[in-house]
Amino acid sequence: MPSPRYWREVPSRLRLEAARCSGCGKVNYPPRLICPGCRGKESEPVTLSKTAKIITSTVIHIAPDDFLFEAPYAIAVVETPEKARFMAQVVDCDPSSVGPGMDVSLEFRLIRKEARSGILCYGFKAVPTASWEAKS
Amino acid sequence: MREVAIVAAAMTPFGELWEMSLRQLFAEAALDVIKKAGVDHLDSIYVGNMSGGCFVGQEHLGPLMADQIGMAGVPSTRVESACASGGIALRTAFFEVASGASDLVLASGVEKMNDGADVTNVLATAADQELEVYHGITFPGLYAMIARAHMEAHGTTEEDLSWVSVKNHRHGALNPKAQFPREFTLEQVMNSTLVAEPLRLLHCSPVSDGAAAVLLCPLDQAKKYTDQPIKILGTGQATSAMALADRKDPAFLDSVQLSAERAFAMAGVGPGDINVAEVHDCFAISEICCIEALGLVERSQAAGAAASGLTALGGRIPVNTSGGLKAKGHPVGATGIAQIIEIFEQLRGESGARQVQGASLGLAQNMGGSGASSVVHILERM
Repeated sequence: MPSPRYWREVPSRLRLEAARCSGCGKVNYPPRLICPGCRGKESEPVTLSKTAKIITSTVIHIAPDDFLFEAPYAIAVVETPEKARFMAQVVDCDPSSVGPGMDVSLEFRLIRKEARSGILCYGFKAVPTASWEAKS
Repeated sequence: MREVAIVAAAMTPFGELWEMSLRQLFAEAALDVIKKAGVDHLDSIYVGNMSGGCFVGQEHLGPLMADQIGMAGVPSTRVESACASGGIALRTAFFEVASGASDLVLASGVEKMNDGADVTNVLATAADQELEVYHGITFPGLYAMIARAHMEAHGTTEEDLSWVSVKNHRHGALNPKAQFPREFTLEQVMNSTLVAEPLRLLHCSPVSDGAAAVLLCPLDQAKKYTDQPIKILGTGQATSAMALADRKDPAFLDSVQLSAERAFAMAGVGPGDINVAEVHDCFAISEICCIEALGLVERSQAAGAAASGLTALGGRIPVNTSGGLKAKGHPVGATGIAQIIEIFEQLRGESGARQVQGASLGLAQNMGGSGASSVVHILERM
């Protein structure tokens, strides 16, 4: 993953910047030129909350080379209160305990290293909330 | 539009074919089709291929493959739509014949996956690189998330998933071209290695090499090449959001439903008229999602359809009589054409031990990515 490619994604990936469509209100993350919901072109910036709920998840046992030493790890589609959905690893917990409905907080973490140059690539990972663990 | 027929079909065996290169695989299937039809020229060639570039460092497959079969000069185009490349190559060829632009068009698919490439990474190029792959997802991982969402929404179980594999391996055991022509027990499937929970090794299609090709011509010229042409009655294609997170319901493959609706409307038939179907079972959960989205079974019966025998040979609607991607193998670019070949042979009564008696209408559904592409064809015996 070359550096300019990483740099371009910084606003959404590192700052959780999204866009709320002025036409239909859908929150698009990352922002797009046109809303996939209504094809509207007007939007206002919105920063996503750092809390979310797991929609669906899995535990990866056979990992890609870049994540080989992390397996097994949990990864999920999460939804923030703004209804933005995206993928994130779920960490700091037993991967087998992760499942749909789980409440998580989003924390700034190291995600991967660029294959050859080795620069560090950041983003958000999900961590089960204390209150969710208490409930279950 | 002119009516279009398939007049000849051929494929290599599927498997780990170490002695065969990408170009040799294509040439073997293509030359076999040309020989069967007895033609001395082609008007056009389509080559379905997902990732010659990543798997073996070879792009520009159109001219390469035309040249390999002594047809340099003929228009030849590579079609890419991830694992749906083959099906969409057929659809493209269909329109070229239907439009009247060409009379003899070769629709083919080829993939060489076992040549040293990191297959997990190459397959992941069909997912969203920035939003999905960046975070460490794999293809089995995406379908595992679909499976878990399906379990959550419809009560589907690991046993339901496992029965799909058991059924398709029973079918595949009857197919001499299959990569794994052997049966597995439910216990073997359910105890196989975890790949991405809840999917295990025996819920996943294998890494395969192979090629497949069919020859298309206008229906009114078909008798020149065969006594038993098979008509392409309908074709439908659709897309869906690329990233799983952007789909309304991660447990439902809306592109499959949409592509099927379009193919059925064109064909003037419905799902209840289909006698035999090949669907894209890249993972056990995808067969369940596909038969439900295609309307081949009631939504409430989809998860249990393999266990109940509904979709087994001898059942109401036999699905994946070839063994499916699971047992036959899944050389990704070739799969869509190989599915068509199974239906072509079924409708001609050439399927031997896995023949569906009296089949006159068949369906093939081919999918790309985690369901971002789907293409459906409906074939009819004449």
